[in-house]
Amino acid sequence: MTSPLRLCVRRSPAPDAEGAATLVTLRLPSDISCIEEAVELVTRHCLAGHSATRTIRFRLQVVLSEALANAILRGNQGALDKWVEVRAELRAELIRVHVTDQGPGFDPSAVPEPIRPEQIDEAGGRGLFLIRRLVDAVQFNEQGNSICMILRRH
Amino acid sequence: MGFSQTKDQSGVAVLQVEGQLIVGNRQELKDLVQAALDRGERRLLIDFSRTGYIDSSGLGALVSISKRIREAGGELRLSGLNEDLRSLFELTKLDTLFAIADTPQQALASF
Repeated sequence: MTSPLRLCVRRSPAPDAEGAATLVTLRLPSDISCIEEAVELVTRHCLAGHSATRTIRFRLQVVLSEALANAILRGNQGALDKWVEVRAELRAELIRVHVTDQGPGFDPSAVPEPIRPEQIDEAGGRGLFLIRRLVDAVQFNEQGNSICMILRRH
Repeated sequence: MGFSQTKDQSGVAVLQVEGQLIVGNRQELKDLVQAALDRGERRLLIDFSRTGYIDSSGLGALVSISKRIREAGGELRLSGLNEDLRSLFELTKLDTLFAIADTPQQALASF
């Protein structure tokens, strides 16, 4: 069976103020069965050539899985004609991953905290919370359809 | 990734999560637990000794599973969470909702 994923890795043409970067880009269809493979591919490329602790690898895998699931199910509403773009910017000290969907976007400040006692046994609502706790910084674009997650390597 | 099922000699249904527990396979785990409940199993252990990572959908599935087992009058234990996996339960306060043992042996002994 042919994989539907197309992974393209390229090194940025010139170093900038933050030092030389490698870009890893991946485009995947809005199909949750692709998430595990996409996470493995992006994680492998993000950590290649760097010593990574088990915890950094784990955190990267979890937040990628979360962000892709959010993009596919909430952003693109599972529409098979819509895509999710992953753009990972790899630097010596940090990894900056953007995950962008083709949905209308959402207001991240309106997402409630899932750890209040009355919400603790709810089945959903922990994705964004986990991302915020597992990476060093999270940003969204103005539209709210693109998340940027920054993870320091050490 | 997948799940394996065994039955302990004391009669506990043991489900092992091999690989990831994420949005793509959480329903399969829920279905396996429901099938076990339908067979009359009331003591269940889910072991994560061979698990890579869990996402929030996987955690949510465990919450749903816990409710179903409780409603059926059964008991659920979790085991084998490494430091990283356990941190997910602690961050989300789910460590207060589940009975978590370090090893499957300890979990089985606690029923």
